[in-house]
Amino acid sequence: MKSRSKGFFSHLILIFVSLLSIFPFIWLLSTALKGPDENIFQYPPVFIPEQFTWANFSGVWKQIPFMLYFWNSMIVAGFTVLLNLVFSALAAYPLARMDFKGKKTVFYLLLSTIMIPFQAIMLPVYLIILKLNMVDSVNNFMGFLGLILPFAVNAFGIFLMRQAFLAIPKELEEAAFVDGCNVFQIWWKILIPMVKPTLAVLAIFTFIGSWGEFLWPSIVLTKKALYTLPVGVNDLQGMFSANWRYIAAGSIIATIPILIFFIAMQRYFISGENDGAVKG
Amino acid sequence: MYKYYKKYVPYLFLIPAGVILILFFFIPFFETIILSFFDYNTNIYHPHYVSLANYITLLKSPVFYKVLINTFIYMIAAVPLLAVIPLILAIMLNQKIRGITLYKILIYLPVIVSIVVAAIAFKWLYAQQGILNYVLELFHLPALGWLTDPNVALYSVIIVTVWKGIGYYMMIYLSALMSVPKDLYEACDVDGANILTKHLTVTIPHLMPTVGLVTTISCISAMKVFAEIYVMTKGGPLDSSKTIVYYIYERAFENLDLGIASAASVILLVIVLAISIINFVFFERKRYQL
Repeated sequence: MKSRSKGFFSHLILIFVSLLSIFPFIWLLSTALKGPDENIFQYPPVFIPEQFTWANFSGVWKQIPFMLYFWNSMIVAGFTVLLNLVFSALAAYPLARMDFKGKKTVFYLLLSTIMIPFQAIMLPVYLIILKLNMVDSVNNFMGFLGLILPFAVNAFGIFLMRQAFLAIPKELEEAAFVDGCNVFQIWWKILIPMVKPTLAVLAIFTFIGSWGEFLWPSIVLTKKALYTLPVGVNDLQGMFSANWRYIAAGSIIATIPILIFFIAMQRYFISGENDGAVKG
Repeated sequence: MYKYYKKYVPYLFLIPAGVILILFFFIPFFETIILSFFDYNTNIYHPHYVSLANYITLLKSPVFYKVLINTFIYMIAAVPLLAVIPLILAIMLNQKIRGITLYKILIYLPVIVSIVVAAIAFKWLYAQQGILNYVLELFHLPALGWLTDPNVALYSVIIVTVWKGIGYYMMIYLSALMSVPKDLYEACDVDGANILTKHLTVTIPHLMPTVGLVTTISCISAMKVFAEIYVMTKGGPLDSSKTIVYYIYERAFENLDLGIASAASVILLVIVLAISIINFVFFERKRYQL
């Protein structure tokens, strides 16, 4: 009896918090599905639309190039992930396995980057991007470079990969060396296949971070042709100032891709075993 | 182990990451400090050295003073909530009850969704004729200007940050809970301790380092808030919801006042550095095995 009541109490709270977590989206969805003659400010609020319609979705779809924004986000997040995987795995190898002069200095420099928030240095980063001509006013390619390169690697990723390399027995490398592998072959053929699970974790969390990034693209982007989804969604407010049906429908559309990604990859997010992937 | 690589090889592996970090971290870091000593306001093409004038201007500015206060209110309001609520949820989810995966997915959902979408969704909840004011009416309370009342706007934005962070910190706690030795709980059962004592004597002490980690991460995140404010209030009304990163953004990219923006950035750097160092000294040193 006792344990039953304990479970009941937990369920009560968990259901309440779960509802709070999704309520803003439910209300957004409800608004997006309401017909033009329905009062969306009605008291008491109506959850099930009386004149159910998809018209707001098709209407906003016609006016906003969601597919373009989606592909832009894919390009930016995709290459950010790729570069992070390669650069982190490269840098982590000597930090985990080799002795070299200045190793400790490199360590402290990396640690110091964790303590520097991007927001505090974004202005000079922007000035450097300008100097390197990595802006969308030059061409799309340079615009993408400016979006991607500042986030191409970070200390979290390097430390995460280093931990993964440290867990591999050294005998494997020695055996590979005896078999005639050079150091790059050892890295690529022996070590990388063994850290694939960690690479997957790094990829997924980098992807989520890059996909949701708003501040940096809203600073560097000047052309709508390069807008990523978050920037495009924010734009909805300006375009449909009081048309909340469209704003709501547009926000829902923009959320669908990441929702699918989350559901597909949910075990990585909620297994609770990715302590190393914790980021600030 | 014998060396199977030449002396220069480690550096080759470090080059790509090194170039990126030097170009987009270390140079900008020093440039921020240098820029903060220059005046760009008079003529943006010919900045001149003004020593500490930008800092003095900032410290004398009532707006910046307000921005600092807002930033600290943000921290003081958001951090305890983000340290405690996720902890309680994690302890609840660490039991053997039904529907755990579903709960986790739903509570984690706000973490995944773009902050811009979240802010828009809340803006809609906060509307003058919106659903939250209807709830207030149900309880015979006066309607609130959630985003239009200078006394309320900052807290409305904080609610969004907390709402979006709960799932994230809950997962950090959950992974820490997995490492709590089960026999300690069994010992409690033998002693006939109730649930509360069990958690107070076993769970909480074991999780203290994690509480420290969560406190630090959420402190720094609160310092860096931007998108919520940009999307919902633009720092208004009357600067009432403006925090430091939004202020830097506004100075740098809207007013092109690079000197003042950089001085504010240096102040942000110093605060975050202080928080990080406190965290590092107390909790993180072991993590990186230095």
